[in-house]
Amino acid sequence: MEGWTIEQLEGKDVFVIEGQVAIPNNYSAGIVGSRFLVELRDNCRIMGIRCPKCDRCYVPPKSTCMECFGQLTEFVEVGKSGTLLTFTVDHHTTPVQTASPPNVYGIIKLDGADTGLLHLIGEVDGKAVKSGMRLEAVFNEERRGSILDIKYFRPAEAG
Amino acid sequence: MGNRVAIIGIGQTHFKSKRPDVNIPEMINEAVRAALADAEMEIKGIEAVFTGNMETFEGVCHPDHWMAVESGAFGRPGMKVGAAGTTGATVVDEAFHMVAAGVCDTALAIGYQKHDQGNATGALTTCCTPVWGAGFAVGAMQEFAKQALTYMERTGAREEHAAMVRLKADYGACRNPYAHLRLGLSSIDEILQSAYLVWPLRILDFCPQSNGACALILASEHVANRLSNKPVWIADMITVHQTQFRAGIYEDLTGRDPYSQEVAAARLYKRNGITDVRRDIDLAEIYEPSNWQEMTTYEHLYFCEKGEGWKMVEKHMTDIEGEFPVNCSGGVIATNAIGATPTVRIAEAALQIRGDAGERQATRDIKTALATALGSTNWTILTLLRRSL
Repeated sequence: MEGWTIEQLEGKDVFVIEGQVAIPNNYSAGIVGSRFLVELRDNCRIMGIRCPKCDRCYVPPKSTCMECFGQLTEFVEVGKSGTLLTFTVDHHTTPVQTASPPNVYGIIKLDGADTGLLHLIGEVDGKAVKSGMRLEAVFNEERRGSILDIKYFRPAEAG
Repeated sequence: MGNRVAIIGIGQTHFKSKRPDVNIPEMINEAVRAALADAEMEIKGIEAVFTGNMETFEGVCHPDHWMAVESGAFGRPGMKVGAAGTTGATVVDEAFHMVAAGVCDTALAIGYQKHDQGNATGALTTCCTPVWGAGFAVGAMQEFAKQALTYMERTGAREEHAAMVRLKADYGACRNPYAHLRLGLSSIDEILQSAYLVWPLRILDFCPQSNGACALILASEHVANRLSNKPVWIADMITVHQTQFRAGIYEDLTGRDPYSQEVAAARLYKRNGITDVRRDIDLAEIYEPSNWQEMTTYEHLYFCEKGEGWKMVEKHMTDIEGEFPVNCSGGVIATNAIGATPTVRIAEAALQIRGDAGERQATRDIKTALATALGSTNWTILTLLRRSL
């Protein structure tokens, strides 16, 4: 059998079948995820979960300790402020982004937490963001039970 | 063959229509903790972890990543495997090979599905190639409907026989606290009066979509003998694959006949010295999403002559109290969390060998059991379990 010619490859006889799959999904937030979102929505509280054996506070909370495999149930409120561990300034657009670029994404270790939380950083030019800087949460007026009930973290006022 | 391998821990969730209370990691963690408790082990005793599901169903790209901590895979060798409907046996097969090869002494195999998170039939439409299947993709039910019609036309079986299979399954499911559909059916008339779903399949001829997980802990011979007082030995596992495009050949009108089950069974029996199946094997847990599939599977696994599967049902030979019990658990027609389903077949067969199946325990003593897995267009994994090797 002879190979395809350039003409054919350009669409005359070579078929490309267009497809689009749109399947609705319902993601269960889970036992600890649901509690986290309810506290965020109703009380503007950011909850961690603590492993008493390993003395580690997970934010976001997990149901199982990654160190000792213990079943975790001890919710604790952590600070609304924290320290920026690392960040990036994103200039490109995807359909799942909620804000228009450029977006600053950071990993923030909240006061009282032992793990980093991914979120947006706002009210600051990307060029002025520095690892190690102090940030504080800004909550949306209307909250729906989403990690985006925190609008973003912004530079904390000194003191 | 490699080193001897035993199942020393069995855990499963209660299977349900909806599990909105937990996410996938939390759900599988229930099964993992149950298996560890059954084996009286801690997670630090596990050396490798294998997980699997029907991945597109839940809309998660790397589910093993989501659940690395809850599955026990964090910091260990682990692998996600996917083999359509047989995945739940493939995870066990992978664990079996690792332990048999001496790579590790213990391994955890987890099959799971959270159907309430997506749309199984929608996801299954991508099984059809867009060239030959455009516009025809309807999911699994149509496949099983064609099989039902062909089976009736070829063997003389009637709808009543399919109803008897469902009645038998429900009897087992009602005695199995983990089963999903426990309907309390009392006569075949109730089944024969249920509405047609995809003719000639009625709604009670087919399985539900369940949520749940099943976990098995496998161990090498010296670890199994040290840790467990009732190990169930995996005598053998076999996998045979099959093509979609075979309708009309191999005397297969629908492309649905499980040719791969025949090939797999013949090979498995030969290399394990099984010459009279119903004498040499005591019980089977088979993958039957539809009652019609159960009768054809009897024939393909050589439980009886061709065309006579329905006669075994009519004579109640495969009841819990029968001479060759099949699916005492209630089977797949009562509970189908697809990624977990083959793991559950192996788990239930192992519980029967241990004598730990509670109210669903077969009347006769079970020393040897066969578990099957069926996936996509009928590729097959068979597992042969024994109380002693």
